[in-house]
Amino acid sequence: MTARVDARWAITAVTVVVIVAAVLGLLIVGGYDAPRALAALWNGAFGSSYAVFSATMVRATPLLFVGLAVGLAFRAGVLNIGAEGQLLAGATAAAAVGLAVSGFPRLVALPLALGAGAIAGGAWAGIAGWLKLRFGVLEVISTLMLNFIAAYLVSWLVRGPMQEPTRVYPQTAELAPSVHLPALIDGHRVHFGLMLAVALAIAAWWVLTHTAVGFRVRAVGAGASAAQSAGGIVLSRTTALVFLASGALAGLGGASEVTGVTFALYEGISPGYGYSAIAVALLARLHPLAIIMSALLFGALEAGAAAMQRDANVPSVLASVVEALLVLGVLAFDHARGRRGR
Amino acid sequence: MSIDAGEFLQASVRTATPLAMAAYGELVTERSGVINLGLEGAMIAGAFGALVGAGVGGVGGGLAAAALAGCAAAAIMALVVLWLRADAVIAGTAVTLLALGLTGTLYRSLYGAQGAALSVPTITPVAVPGLAELPLIGRAFFEQPAITYLLYFLAVVLWWWMTRTHAGLALRAAGERPAAAFAAGISSVRVRAWALLFGGAMGGLAGGVLVLAQVGTFSEGMSAGRGFIAIAIVVLGRWSAVGVAGAALLFGAASQLQYVFQSLGWPVPYQLFLALPYVLTLLVLAGTQRRAAAPAALGTALAEDAR
Repeated sequence: MTARVDARWAITAVTVVVIVAAVLGLLIVGGYDAPRALAALWNGAFGSSYAVFSATMVRATPLLFVGLAVGLAFRAGVLNIGAEGQLLAGATAAAAVGLAVSGFPRLVALPLALGAGAIAGGAWAGIAGWLKLRFGVLEVISTLMLNFIAAYLVSWLVRGPMQEPTRVYPQTAELAPSVHLPALIDGHRVHFGLMLAVALAIAAWWVLTHTAVGFRVRAVGAGASAAQSAGGIVLSRTTALVFLASGALAGLGGASEVTGVTFALYEGISPGYGYSAIAVALLARLHPLAIIMSALLFGALEAGAAAMQRDANVPSVLASVVEALLVLGVLAFDHARGRRGR
Repeated sequence: MSIDAGEFLQASVRTATPLAMAAYGELVTERSGVINLGLEGAMIAGAFGALVGAGVGGVGGGLAAAALAGCAAAAIMALVVLWLRADAVIAGTAVTLLALGLTGTLYRSLYGAQGAALSVPTITPVAVPGLAELPLIGRAFFEQPAITYLLYFLAVVLWWWMTRTHAGLALRAAGERPAAAFAAGISSVRVRAWALLFGGAMGGLAGGVLVLAQVGTFSEGMSAGRGFIAIAIVVLGRWSAVGVAGAALLFGAASQLQYVFQSLGWPVPYQLFLALPYVLTLLVLAGTQRRAAAPAALGTALAEDAR
């Protein structure tokens, strides 16, 4: 058992090394100042306490929420690629409720806003779940469609019913301090959402490995028909639960962004966190505790990429090349080890 | 304000052209049993390829480079799904992410940090003598870029090829019953690989059409989900060549509706029309029974003894 776990980590490490080499190659071919770019990447991610606590960890927080959402869904064989839309739904609900309850003390207002985000995210994923269970609609297609619908919904809301009072900017009014997630470290941007996400990762791991519900989720993921016929597992109930829980996690991620980072809802609130989530979850082999590490790695990557664009003029979309290569690398190494993927 | 129905139809066909192009590629791919979520990636790769190719060899060079770039994206997909035997959904997402990132990076490194807007030679509409004078539908269907006419032709050829030829039968066999195909001496791996490459080339061409016949320039992420819409169109068209044509037209019309309402002066938010095609797909997916028309082995990996 330990030998297998060691081998997994070794493979992951090798993948990362290969990607770094590929990025170096791209930088050189693209004619960029590679040493300067890499220095900017490192400094932007880990170079100072500001980089760690106000950039890397801030970006890792939503990635951890959505990474958990995707990881949980994939564990049960639910191909939820709609974390992006669920995150947006959660952010929208948190902003709406947060604005409405700002008069209440923080202990009441904040949980209400976060709870609304989780519920909205769960409901958004629930649409896809219902379509699958009721009509047999492939969730790959429905969750994708729901991502686009959510994006247009936000675009309309922040220019229409939810626009800030002066009607100048396409965003909502700013949330009152009573609905702000408290900072984890004074003077830094990292907020309580990270603690919440880590706690949820541990909870997800515990539920998956130590409870009957977790066993059902894993059994359905390992072989849906066998779990149903031999294990007496009600497939539709487990699948529905996974859709809702996965969506709630992603929705909470959106709520955490609104109440912890942006304090308002606007269109570009997620730079594709929901899509990065697939890479985050896959790199961690869908293991909730490992997702904490891979979310931090991706947070560092995106913080570093932003610094790289600022300081070395290297486009930050390079980060998505790295993410894609990580996924392809994981798939390739799975094959090299003679395993059949999931 | 009045609405010119002919003009509306013409714009709908224009919008539908790249969608249909990519959808016909995806139709062949899905008929072989693979869902290619990398189609969006093939499309953006094709758009970028068209920009580079058109700078070298004009419109022809642009289209050729677009098809090649789309093919390259699909080749990665084929490699990962068929050779490495990985999950097609994950692989497709990765290919799309890779293509979006690579085209963005290369665009800025080739054309400057801000990605200056470049204009490329464009394909102008050509009226078909006689047919273009037909009332209502004449200009809509027969005053379009030549590549649209090629698409009409291709749709008929594809229908004939899929239903009437031995190779088309092999394609459908790989998508319906790989094991039976194997027993008949057909390599489903090879069939699916060719189907993916064809789909990628069509997706790339669709990106090329977007650049060369519609927008006239490239911008980062300009495929803007059209590859995913093409996948929806195949589902909506119930995996038939005729159905795909109708579904593509429907999507084209839905996205043109916003301008109709604008010119009528109706205060309907434009996001509604942008979201409409996606809502429509969900409704149609819910309203039609997917399994009735889908290839039986769609989305399933090939078993060890049926490759």
